Amino acid sequence: MLKDITLGQYFPGNTIVHRLDPRTKLLMTLLYIVTLFLCKWFVSYGIMLAFLITAIALSKIRPKALFKGLKPLIIIIIFTAVINLFYTDGRVLVEFWIFKITAEGIRNAFFLVLRIMMLVTGTFLLTYTTSPIALTDGLESLLSPLKKIHFPVHELAMMMSIALRFIPTLIEETDKIMSAQKARGADFETGNIFRRAKALIPILVPLFVSAFRRADELATAMECRCYHGGEGRTKLKQLRYHTRDVLCLLLGAALLAGVIVLRQFSL
Amino acid sequence: MGNAITMQELLFSYPSQSGGAPVCVFDGLNINIEEGSFVAILGHNGCGKSTFAKQCNAILLPEGGSVQVFGLDTKDEALLLEIRRTVGMVFQNPDNQMVANVVEEDVAFAPENLGVPSEEIRRRVDDALRAVGMYEYRTHAPHLLSGGQKQRVAIAGVIAMQPRCIVLDEPTAMLDPTGREDVMRTIEKLNRENGITVILITHHMTEAIRADRVIVMSEGRILTDGTPKEVFTQVDLLKSAGLDVPATTQIIYELNRQGFDLPLDALSTQECAQALYAALKQTKA
Repeated sequence: MLKDITLGQYFPGNTIVHRLDPRTKLLMTLLYIVTLFLCKWFVSYGIMLAFLITAIALSKIRPKALFKGLKPLIIIIIFTAVINLFYTDGRVLVEFWIFKITAEGIRNAFFLVLRIMMLVTGTFLLTYTTSPIALTDGLESLLSPLKKIHFPVHELAMMMSIALRFIPTLIEETDKIMSAQKARGADFETGNIFRRAKALIPILVPLFVSAFRRADELATAMECRCYHGGEGRTKLKQLRYHTRDVLCLLLGAALLAGVIVLRQFSL
Repeated sequence: MGNAITMQELLFSYPSQSGGAPVCVFDGLNINIEEGSFVAILGHNGCGKSTFAKQCNAILLPEGGSVQVFGLDTKDEALLLEIRRTVGMVFQNPDNQMVANVVEEDVAFAPENLGVPSEEIRRRVDDALRAVGMYEYRTHAPHLLSGGQKQRVAIAGVIAMQPRCIVLDEPTAMLDPTGREDVMRTIEKLNRENGITVILITHHMTEAIRADRVIVMSEGRILTDGTPKEVFTQVDLLKSAGLDVPATTQIIYELNRQGFDLPLDALSTQECAQALYAALKQTKA
């Protein structure tokens, strides 16, 4: 059951989207999100949607996988849609009891749902096409100017990559502990929510103890392999911007500029 | 050839858990390990084997006496990286010594720390993975490998530093027999072909037999030291230290007690079988 967690899932591939520099993809995602929030009317949304669909098609990620990522958000999407539908003032179309539906409400709800869905799909495209290690490398490189104000960029990136490395190990361990506790008659499935939460304690305690022990051993092993912080470190795979990265970022800037212009005409 | 590791009058103790007097591990330990040799270290739990390993690359520092690694004193802080680069260390649990989630990235970890240029790292990683026979797995995720494969990747991660000595602290304790054999073959190959000094800390007598020299430790002291044949023929001494002897030695030892006269130094299964065959033939005749 724990193996279904899709956190930071990555679909390996060799398409143009996969090959883009992780920094480019991070910047593009940022540009994409900002642009999305500046969209006002069908024309701008249409352009962004076309961009998103092209990117998905180029990445050869199955749309089904992307919709799977949207599933847990359905409740939030419906909730915001309903709130916007009923609580926007404007030209009233339908009115009953204390509720009234306005034309502006319908418009707001529609665009908001569209915006959330495009936002989530876009960011999922980033994690689906970029390996976690490339992502942390990219983040480290992008944030490196912050080193000047003593922000621990390297340490943060190292922490992230170690955390990602140990997720499968700890999931495996949790499964093992759960089986061991079940074999001794532990019950995780019945009872109300408080009982079930309480039943998790015998899993969490050994899990934490073992995680600390692992951390201690890992730290010694890292010391043995000459780890001494980020200073003077080199990389096996050096990040390099290619022509495609420049073109991609230009496209992102053009989209942003275009949407800002369209905004002036409320399009 | 010179000495890889020299310990002179080594003193070391751990602070006690209950806050009482510190627990003394080594009280004047002297050991010389020759460059290029394959040394096995035996001893029951708590005899100071792991502390010995950690003294070899300055993870722990001596409280008295000295530890020299290829002539470098471990107390000299300026030499720390040089010492750790020279003496690599592999631990028991392969899961807890892997840093990255791709095999080649993990092997690259040590050279990255040492500031080796990218192209050189690439070359070292490929060479190290080929040396342990894991080159085809370079883009795999470590958690999908078997225990023996993970441990070989861990060894590759150490070789990528190009060390002159490798200390392995019970590297096969968590492995199945196949994985154990793969790891042992890798270690032997590195010792013979690359001339790397190997210090193998182990519980398995069958592994210790394969070394050039066996050191048995007990209570922080050296109980006996010599070639496998010299060490394992001292059955009574080993038993008194709470250690087992190889199954082959055990058979011959028991038979000799029953009045047979078999050579006690027939350590390998082959030699043992030969000795038994000869004895059987003799009794028949």
